[in-house]
Amino acid sequence: MYLNKLFAITADMGGWELFVNSLWPMIQGGIKYTIPLTLIAFTFGISLALITAIMRLSKYKFLSIPARIYVSAVRGTPMLVQLFIVFYGLGQIGFTIDPFPSAIIAFSLNVGAYASEVIRASILSIPKGQWEAAQTIGMGYSQALRRIILPQATRVSIPPLSNTFISLVKDTSLASLILVTELFRKAQEIAARTYDFMLLYVEAAFLYWIICFLLSLVQDRIENRLDRYVSK
Amino acid sequence: MFLTVKGLSKSFDDQEVLKHIDLEIEKGNILTIIGPSGSGKTTLLRCLNALEMPNKGLFTFSDGLEIDFEKMPKKNELTKFRLKSGMVFQSYNLFPHKTALENVTEGPLIVQKREKQAVFKLAESLLDKVGLLDKKYLYPHQLSGGQQQRVGIARALAIEPELMLFDEPTSALDPELVGEVLKVIKDLANEGWTMAIVTHELKFAEQVSDRVLFMDNGYIVEQGPPAQVLKDPKEERTRQFIQRIMNPE
Ligand SMILES: Nc1ncnc2c1ncn2[C@@H]1O[C@H](COP(=O)(O)OP(=O)(O)OP(=O)(O)O)[C@@H](O)[C@H]1O
Ligand SMILES: [Mg+2]
Repeated sequence: MYLNKLFAITADMGGWELFVNSLWPMIQGGIKYTIPLTLIAFTFGISLALITAIMRLSKYKFLSIPARIYVSAVRGTPMLVQLFIVFYGLGQIGFTIDPFPSAIIAFSLNVGAYASEVIRASILSIPKGQWEAAQTIGMGYSQALRRIILPQATRVSIPPLSNTFISLVKDTSLASLILVTELFRKAQEIAARTYDFMLLYVEAAFLYWIICFLLSLVQDRIENRLDRYVSK
Repeated sequence: MFLTVKGLSKSFDDQEVLKHIDLEIEKGNILTIIGPSGSGKTTLLRCLNALEMPNKGLFTFSDGLEIDFEKMPKKNELTKFRLKSGMVFQSYNLFPHKTALENVTEGPLIVQKREKQAVFKLAESLLDKVGLLDKKYLYPHQLSGGQQQRVGIARALAIEPELMLFDEPTSALDPELVGEVLKVIKDLANEGWTMAIVTHELKFAEQVSDRVLFMDNGYIVEQGPPAQVLKDPKEERTRQFIQRIMNPE
């Protein structure tokens, strides 16, 4: 029954035509929502992650314990549930936030927790001798961190943070479930009308793939630039 | 006396590594510290720079700066104390993301906030002194071990310390590179620098030291002029140690 209908529509429009016609709405969803959401959430997320990592490394418990709880809570709960809490949950108790800002909040918090672990590990991977050398030329903790440790830790954390970034691109498709009309929601909307699930979802997958591929090229360039002081 | 240390003690967990050490360093003098592995040489040197926080010890400098580690020293006192000495590490510890020149300028420029032009002039003259002016734009990984260590010495000199500390500055180097680093240290000796050097190079110690200090098990066993400590030690333990280094079986 369904199958008949599907064949009918596909035959009607022609598969290729549907592919081309739905390309632009999906790309629009990507440009208007997927990419901005990714970039904004990643920027906020990394800033949050840096603060969280430094708090976690602090010897003061009143800094390290809240950071630990935050990381543990985010990592221990599903992304989708976090998204629903921010959008539907907060909405219900009177803090109504639009879908797109809700998504930004939820994804920033999510990236903040995961990336803080990456940043913390990369800070810890810098040899103790670097801290000591900084100390002997008179640097205090924050100066040593800023000028000596973080630049080196940045190089170490680029590959894992790129992974976080690429995961984020793909995870933003979850925002379709809180009504953000991003790339995948466009695909769902068109599929709901045409029933051409296979074609449209493969097309969406293809677009995500292209975005991630382009990002991996950018990653290589950044790594090469930062590699000037590392022997190859 | 440039520096007088009284009652320096340091423990790690419940192991006492430095046991109530008294020490004097005279202005312009070169003190070498020798002793078996684990005797506390590195720890002693690191305490002189507060890289290791002594548990106890009264440090008095000729200019009146006095720090008593039995109380927690104030932060600005500690910074002053640290900048009195420059440290040269066994494993160089150069900043890998900075060029040779930037390694040297980092302290005076960023920490001490001295005037830029003067700092660059100073840094270039220091790199020249250690024979590496033509390598100033290279990163540490582009330099040999001996060259890296010489940059390390220039970096330590750049904060214009009054005391230079060396922890086995040549023991991570290939034998053929040891000479170039020792030569730089000898040059500094001739310029009248005050230095404390931990070393296993007894011949070098004999040539440059004003005083040799033999440590064992957290104590200073014996100290005196090199001719005495290295050639005619009073203590049996010193004699055995020197024997062992001179004639390894
Ligand atoms: N950070 C530390 N934590 C715990 N124990 C330490 C630490 N640093 C040094 N020790 C211990 O203190 C003792 C003295 O060590 P130190 O490094 O000062 O010896 P050393 O004379 O420099 O030896 P070597 O000739 O091998 O360099 C050793 O028993 C060592 O295990
Ligand atoms: Mg040592």
